[in-house]
Amino acid sequence: MTDRQRTDLTPPEPESYGGPVEYLSQDDLRVPTHQLVTPDGEYDESSIPDLDDEAFRDLYRWMVSDRVFNRRMVKIQRRGELGTFGTTRGQEASIVGSAYTVAPDDWMYLGRAWTAMFMRGVPMRDMILFWRGIEESQQSFAEHNSQIAIAVGAHLPLATGTAWGMDIRDADEITMAYLGDGATSTGVVHEGLNLAGALEVPALFFCQNNQYAISMPFSEQTGANTIAQKALAYGIDAIRVDGQDVLAVYDAVMEARERVKRGEPVFVESVTYRLDAHTTSDDPHRYRTEEEEQAWEENDPIERYRSFLESEGLWAAIDHDAIVEEINAEFDAALAAANDFSEREVSEMFAHVYEELPPELRRQLTEFEQFLEEHPEAYDYIDQRPKG
Amino acid sequence: MNATIVEAVNDALHTEMAADERVLVFGEDVARSGGVFRATEGLLEEFGHDRVVDTPLSEIAIIGGATGLAMYGYRPVAEIQFSGFLPPAFDQLVSNASRMRWRTRGEFTASMVARMPYGAGVRALEHHSESMEGSYAHIPGLKVVIPSTPSDTKGLLTAAIRDPDPVLFMEPKRIYRSFREEVPEGDYEVPIGEAAVREEGEDVTLVSWGSMMPMAEEAAANVDADVELVDLRTISPMDTEAVVESVKKTGRAVVVHEGPRTGGVGSDVVARINDEALMYLEAPVERVTGFDTQVPMLSMEDFYFPNPPRIAAGIERALSV
Repeated sequence: MTDRQRTDLTPPEPESYGGPVEYLSQDDLRVPTHQLVTPDGEYDESSIPDLDDEAFRDLYRWMVSDRVFNRRMVKIQRRGELGTFGTTRGQEASIVGSAYTVAPDDWMYLGRAWTAMFMRGVPMRDMILFWRGIEESQQSFAEHNSQIAIAVGAHLPLATGTAWGMDIRDADEITMAYLGDGATSTGVVHEGLNLAGALEVPALFFCQNNQYAISMPFSEQTGANTIAQKALAYGIDAIRVDGQDVLAVYDAVMEARERVKRGEPVFVESVTYRLDAHTTSDDPHRYRTEEEEQAWEENDPIERYRSFLESEGLWAAIDHDAIVEEINAEFDAALAAANDFSEREVSEMFAHVYEELPPELRRQLTEFEQFLEEHPEAYDYIDQRPKG
Repeated sequence: MNATIVEAVNDALHTEMAADERVLVFGEDVARSGGVFRATEGLLEEFGHDRVVDTPLSEIAIIGGATGLAMYGYRPVAEIQFSGFLPPAFDQLVSNASRMRWRTRGEFTASMVARMPYGAGVRALEHHSESMEGSYAHIPGLKVVIPSTPSDTKGLLTAAIRDPDPVLFMEPKRIYRSFREEVPEGDYEVPIGEAAVREEGEDVTLVSWGSMMPMAEEAAANVDADVELVDLRTISPMDTEAVVESVKKTGRAVVVHEGPRTGGVGSDVVARINDEALMYLEAPVERVTGFDTQVPMLSMEDFYFPNPPRIAAGIERALSV
């Protein structure tokens, strides 16, 4: 557990005196971006993480899985089988490289990183149920010590709190919180990070800077040159990594994880790009150019990793089409299972509000059930809602 | 012009920005994208980046910033993208905007509008569906307005922008585009603090507002009674007189709202009727409301808020005594 003994405050002792007023400026900061494989596929063998061939293949498989899942989800949304959906296309390396470091007992708070949950065992069916607005999906996430934060940034203090508990208990696990560039503009993120820095808790904050908070580009989200540098203000060390380079992300987060396990919070900024719209309700061409999108399409993380696998002679053992077919089959099965999910009674609405239903709430439920019995046709007009 | 509610919002913003250069519009995705519901579409093109501003994802700073701008003499119209994102900024409403006049004995005021779409039924995710006007009406110094028709929307938003006090303008997003009506060209105000009697009736008073009004109208048409339909329009300060006068005439009342029952504005409507018209009542006042639960995720959200059959059943209960 972190030593929280109080130390006496002492007056500041400047290094020198006299001279002009000096600024502390972000322009003086050197913020390196960790990269192992260049966009052209070049790399230095000696700096590649020490993974076995199966792990190298696994990373590829998960990235493809993420892309296929997103594609299928958009398709069924267009058919009216989901409420809305936001893809993670373009962020596969960022998501998979980071989530590949996670241990089963770690806690995870997630934003736009659905596959990170699959990687810890959340069934694909439950992610479909989530986007259909069925509460049981979130129970499934919780069973895997994870949840999705929809209120942007609101989960950061939760992450700090669970990590605080881990610190007190001297636990082996850590807390990992995903967040986005937009979240770093909220007050709650400031407080969550500050508390983590002040208490020195084992929390790993993984910020996917995908350049957009809906229509707001990162360049206007903040006056800061990078997100990574913001962590310094909380006394938290940071790493900035090329989020299109899966090995660099893995390497950076593994390094961060080791330090977090020693009890120090770490902040990682992963520089990536949201290639698709914010959600299926959004049209990015209202606020960004096709030229910009094209430049990032050409910086495809899966393509870059494939060129690495080719150079390493690992590509021959990978059957890309077979992987896609497998994921599609998995999705088909998940969709069928989601479609089989039985419709719930309205009493479900009253479940889990409290451990025990208070008398007034019980009265409201009883009245509603009685109303439904007397008016069985009252909700017949509801036929548009996604199956569930 | 023939307009929907969201188009009326847009028209009011265009008209007031053209009429008063102190009016600024800002919030998340309001400028380039024109707002996630397109409420602010075209403003950037007409009034430029100085007056129409995309802000960082910072609700606290949006509401607090609006308050500071208002103190300095501007007329900010801040958008909160969904009412479910307001809670962090609740502090700025409670601790600053609503108290500025009181704190400074009128030296500074917060003549500002915070607009936000509210309510369930648009198939969105968690935190996109709440109706918390009861909580906001509890803040002294803050006005809470909820229109239910396009022409009221334009007139009330115009009045809100010109109002000397802070106004929380809650827009019923489920009916943003569900119908059109004639909206007058040019500028006009619908006064804040005045309810509207939509239909006159003798048997029972039906009080509602915002997204529940079309439901209430449909229910009123389906019951075998002469219903007087009152659209509250302003939640705070409430037009007690309009409600009380109607109940004195009908002797019966039903209040309908989307938000949770406990601490809901309906409780206050009932209390005011009890205060002013108890002896005229022939039956207990009925409340038909959302439940005291979280708004369910989208698959069940339609079961959460009152619908015409539930409202009709409430009217029949009020008539049965």
